[in-house]
Amino acid sequence: MGSGSPGAADAEANPPTIAVLDYGIGNLRSAEKALEHVGAVAVLTADPDEIAQADAVVLPGVGAFGRCREALAQTGLDEAALNAVASGRPFLGICVGMQLLYDSSEESPGIAGLGVFAGTVRRLQPGVKQPQMQWNQLSLMNDSPLFEGLGENPWMYFVHSFAAEPSQYLLATCEYGGSVVAAAQSELVFATQFHPEKSGQAGLAVLRNFVNIAASSREVRAQRAAQQAQLAQQAQRRAV
Amino acid sequence: MKTTRVIPCLDVDSGRVVKGVNFVELRDAGDPVELAARYDAEGADELIFLDITASSDRRETTIEMVRRTAEEVFIPFTVGGGVRTVEDARRLLRAGADKVGINTAAVDRPELISEIADEFGVQCVVVAIDARRRVVATQSGSGDEAPSQEISGSAQTGSLSWEVFTHGGRTAVGLDAVEWAARAVELGAGEILLTSMDRDGTKEGFDLQLTAAVSAACSVPVIASGGVGTLDHLVQGALVGKADAVLAASIFHFGEFTIAQAKQALAQAGVAVRPA
Repeated sequence: MGSGSPGAADAEANPPTIAVLDYGIGNLRSAEKALEHVGAVAVLTADPDEIAQADAVVLPGVGAFGRCREALAQTGLDEAALNAVASGRPFLGICVGMQLLYDSSEESPGIAGLGVFAGTVRRLQPGVKQPQMQWNQLSLMNDSPLFEGLGENPWMYFVHSFAAEPSQYLLATCEYGGSVVAAAQSELVFATQFHPEKSGQAGLAVLRNFVNIAASSREVRAQRAAQQAQLAQQAQRRAV
Repeated sequence: MKTTRVIPCLDVDSGRVVKGVNFVELRDAGDPVELAARYDAEGADELIFLDITASSDRRETTIEMVRRTAEEVFIPFTVGGGVRTVEDARRLLRAGADKVGINTAAVDRPELISEIADEFGVQCVVVAIDARRRVVATQSGSGDEAPSQEISGSAQTGSLSWEVFTHGGRTAVGLDAVEWAARAVELGAGEILLTSMDRDGTKEGFDLQLTAAVSAACSVPVIASGGVGTLDHLVQGALVGKADAVLAASIFHFGEFTIAQAKQALAQAGVAVRPA
């Protein structure tokens, strides 16, 4: 547990609140329970205010891209997700929640994703059983606080038939009938094709890292807010 | 890389784990949540709960077990038994199950597979098939293939077929198991849990010909089940039966072998697994 990451001590002393977007799709409880297990205050919610106040946001997802996208729109959680990303707070898309961050998917032609990451989600290569429903070993392509302390090739659990195409956001891959994008990151927006909430201790370590990222990001935002308040005060004093 | 999953199966009756010998005699092997957490810690890749009672008054017991499991277990788990409607599936998934197993209800009304797949995705639909040999192959020796035997010649396999049974193996339904598996996949099954009724509880090994025939007919993963008594049986299931996952119950529950030993045996035989 003694992680050296910046947010670790703070996360323990003052657990960050993480909103898990509840749009009625499949098993959302696993993500909530796993986040709680690693010390976060996890809230399964569809309330835009609650989501806006959370320190970080998780977008889970299982099933078809189109159906998940539709459910997000119906619940208005697409707005909430985009607002969370725009606010610069840490964000984690899991499985179809990752895929939804892209522009589109071959699974549901004509349906626009959230477009946070440029690119398309494509069907896995033929010649292998689909869905990929198994544990697989990651190859980490870039350093990221999300994978801190996990070594070069952690094992994670995958269930999917589609995956994002490689892009500048690439963080990790796995081999399954070819190279498959397993994780991506742009600033504090993270995405995993695998299920960290279902990947045993290694997956919990990923979520613990995310909770620590949420805590340190909250700290940074608090400092920034304090600085701004101070500057505003100084400006006011000068004006007087 | 393709890896083979090792899946302990927990048969649950009124919230307690039991394992039937040919689905008749039952022995108590403990609290399902406790066992599940132990298997998670030991390196099991996934877990399957089969609620063998599944009468309506016990539904809440199962939901409660699923809730408790989801709080303590962070590997995927499937719950089967008594799933008859989309609502049944929804309740289990909302309580924390990752997949639901359907058996009798899918045979009675195959559209149920599509309905659950459309609602929650194919990845959470496990169609469980209980199959029994229709024709005993005319082979030399005992007339029943040894567990380690290679699949030999299409003439022999061609003379074999397996019939689907429902209601815990009591009712023959006249369907061919291989054809039914392929149809289930077409309808939206994301995985097939294939149990040999001839082998279940015997500790003689998987029905490898059945496993290989179904695996070849399915584009989705197939879990081999029924008959595991030794670690070599698991190896044969992967290598000869071409199973994507191997399931066992009693050898794990009664401490005959650990998950780590199972994985070691598989790895030594050249089957890729996540190390325990």
